[in-house]
Amino acid sequence: MTTQEWKFTAKDIALKPDLFLSGHRACAGCGPASVLRLIMKATRGPTIVTEATGCMEVVSSIYPYTSWAVPWIHTAFENAAANASGIDAALKAMKKKGKAKHEHVDIIAFAGDGGTFDIGLQALSGAVERGHDFLFVLYDNEGYMNTGIQRSGGTPTGAATTTTPAGSVNPGKLENKKPIADIMLAHEMEYVATATPYYWKDLLTKVRKGLEVEGPAFLHVFAPCPRGWRSDPAKSIEYSKLAVESCVFPVWEAVNGKRQLSIPSKLISLAPQKKRPVKEYLTGQGRFRHLFTPQNSHILDEIQRATDKHWQKLLQKCEQP
Amino acid sequence: MQKNVKQETLGLNGDEAVAYAAKQCDVDVVAAYPITPQTIIVEKFSEYVANGETKTEFVCTESEHSALTACLAASATGVRTFTASASAGLALMHEILFVTSGSRAPVVMAIANRALSSPLNIHGDHSDSMAARDSGWIQIYVENAQEAYDSIIQAFRIAEDTNVSLPILVGLDGFTLSHTLENVIVLSDEAVRQFVGERKIPAVLTHEGKTVPYKLDPDNPMTMGPIALQNYYFEFKRQQEEGMKNALKKIGEINDEYASLTGRSYGNGLIENYKLDDAEIAVVCVGSTSGTIKVIVDKLREEGIKAGLLRLRTFRPLPVEELRKNLKNIKAAAVMDKSMSFGGLGGAVFHEVRHALYDEPSHPPIINYIYGLGGRDSSPSELRKIFDELVQIAKTGQIASQVRYLGLRE
Repeated sequence: MTTQEWKFTAKDIALKPDLFLSGHRACAGCGPASVLRLIMKATRGPTIVTEATGCMEVVSSIYPYTSWAVPWIHTAFENAAANASGIDAALKAMKKKGKAKHEHVDIIAFAGDGGTFDIGLQALSGAVERGHDFLFVLYDNEGYMNTGIQRSGGTPTGAATTTTPAGSVNPGKLENKKPIADIMLAHEMEYVATATPYYWKDLLTKVRKGLEVEGPAFLHVFAPCPRGWRSDPAKSIEYSKLAVESCVFPVWEAVNGKRQLSIPSKLISLAPQKKRPVKEYLTGQGRFRHLFTPQNSHILDEIQRATDKHWQKLLQKCEQP
Repeated sequence: MQKNVKQETLGLNGDEAVAYAAKQCDVDVVAAYPITPQTIIVEKFSEYVANGETKTEFVCTESEHSALTACLAASATGVRTFTASASAGLALMHEILFVTSGSRAPVVMAIANRALSSPLNIHGDHSDSMAARDSGWIQIYVENAQEAYDSIIQAFRIAEDTNVSLPILVGLDGFTLSHTLENVIVLSDEAVRQFVGERKIPAVLTHEGKTVPYKLDPDNPMTMGPIALQNYYFEFKRQQEEGMKNALKKIGEINDEYASLTGRSYGNGLIENYKLDDAEIAVVCVGSTSGTIKVIVDKLREEGIKAGLLRLRTFRPLPVEELRKNLKNIKAAAVMDKSMSFGGLGGAVFHEVRHALYDEPSHPPIINYIYGLGGRDSSPSELRKIFDELVQIAKTGQIASQVRYLGLRE
């Protein structure tokens, strides 16, 4: 990875032609669609994209239409990283035999939380262990939204989904969100980062850094889903900001295992009074509506406590300035 | 084509013969995961890589699911790919088998045929690949290590033919072939390379009216593996069937071309007619047991009994015309199945062969023998009894039971 600090400006991204094109069938206010469009603004040359089965695959490739202005392949749900392995091996083989047309081709694998936290974890872990040269982007909308809002390993505690409905006994999902970025960091990858589309410069810079790694890189991107979250489609980007400000989804990057808070989260660490209560983030999301009742108020407190605990742990893991 | 080029004889088991052939075919990407009795293939290939004997990118994946996925994605990127598996490994690939054929990716895969759990059993039968019958892969079953070697070389030509563009599975019986040392006559690297050639990529028409290669190419961005709904999916599937039909012709052509190069052929590539022309009784068999049956047929012929063998080499696409032509005048036939189709009337090969003959104005009474499951040996004396029974059936036209089990404790 180069040490160059990428500075993407609004002008840069306005001038660069879209590679994820309009006309796709995503819902109004779709977080993942914004994430994909932004990420494709940060590519640096010939790029092949592969996607796991999921919302973004389905909305962008309905035959005979496509939203992809780059070569793109989808094969199944659990194997986006294995696709990347195969493409990487093919590119290397062509290069070895003098048959490559391009000096270098970047590979980006997109998968949702199902295709990353759950069914796709094995292929991802294997591909990273083997050191294939690709950027894996997790667009995390915190549930199986494509199949109708079921819980995943990325669904947060307390969220109501169609498989963890808020009932008279169970108040939504009882389990915690899997610490996926930490799991990937434990693979001793050269580059692991988290980002949200609100802080788009931060996101684009991280994409570029991930692409520059000669080997696997992992990017966990927060991606609100108005349908699944029962939230206002106009507020998806606002939630991407609130999640960072409430420390529900801090943004950080780890280069060669050295973890640092990225600026939006670093500012909160420097001025803790700016940290917003989790309630402010949860309010307005229909998936948490049942928590705002007197009998469930203790769950809200627990979520706040858990968020604080994770934030403190993260601060310890990060190098302090 | 050069006729009967220089060849040499090596001592190889079936797995080694497969690995040797794949190396000679100048495969670009091999992605595989070890499983008994296929392991020797990946081990041997690893040695070639470790010793710099090949430029192949060898990807040791964390599962068979990822192995086939990686081959599929590499194939989509435009290179030649190969993998090998067996039993549970093929079962784990099952989802991607369909994706590979549906994507028209000409992946070549060797299967060291083995039983499926439960109970766990590592020995040879055809349960694994017969369960993949409808996954859209061409299926060829070999009789010996020599044929395993020859068939892998032919497989690349068949799969990569632009009118076929389908993945192909070459089945060799676990242990019986995979682990048994034979004299295998091999071609020179150069001769194989010449025969196989560079991979040809089919050309497709884009929405802009351009003709571009069907692959992931940054210069010609293409969306591969899209979602196709009620309005298009069906046409994709129908096109796959065309590929299968074209394969039927291609397998024969390549068998002939290979014969003129090496002097070796396997029937007409689809079936092998062993003393069938004047036969009154016949057995239909897939795989290595055919070798034993040939010996029995010879013995019966010495005794004046007109016996024959139809070895079904290509199971998918099914050579329906060949089956009809060669079996319609037989007086009684038995079909051998090394796998079961639970709850059905006999095994998969039986279903197919009997079905192929249905429209003939006259066809022989046909019985089914399930045999050799979990690697159980079928001795010549047991196999001989099948013919004795066929003699009776031919005489009386009476069938006591349609589906029988060979050498089974009951």
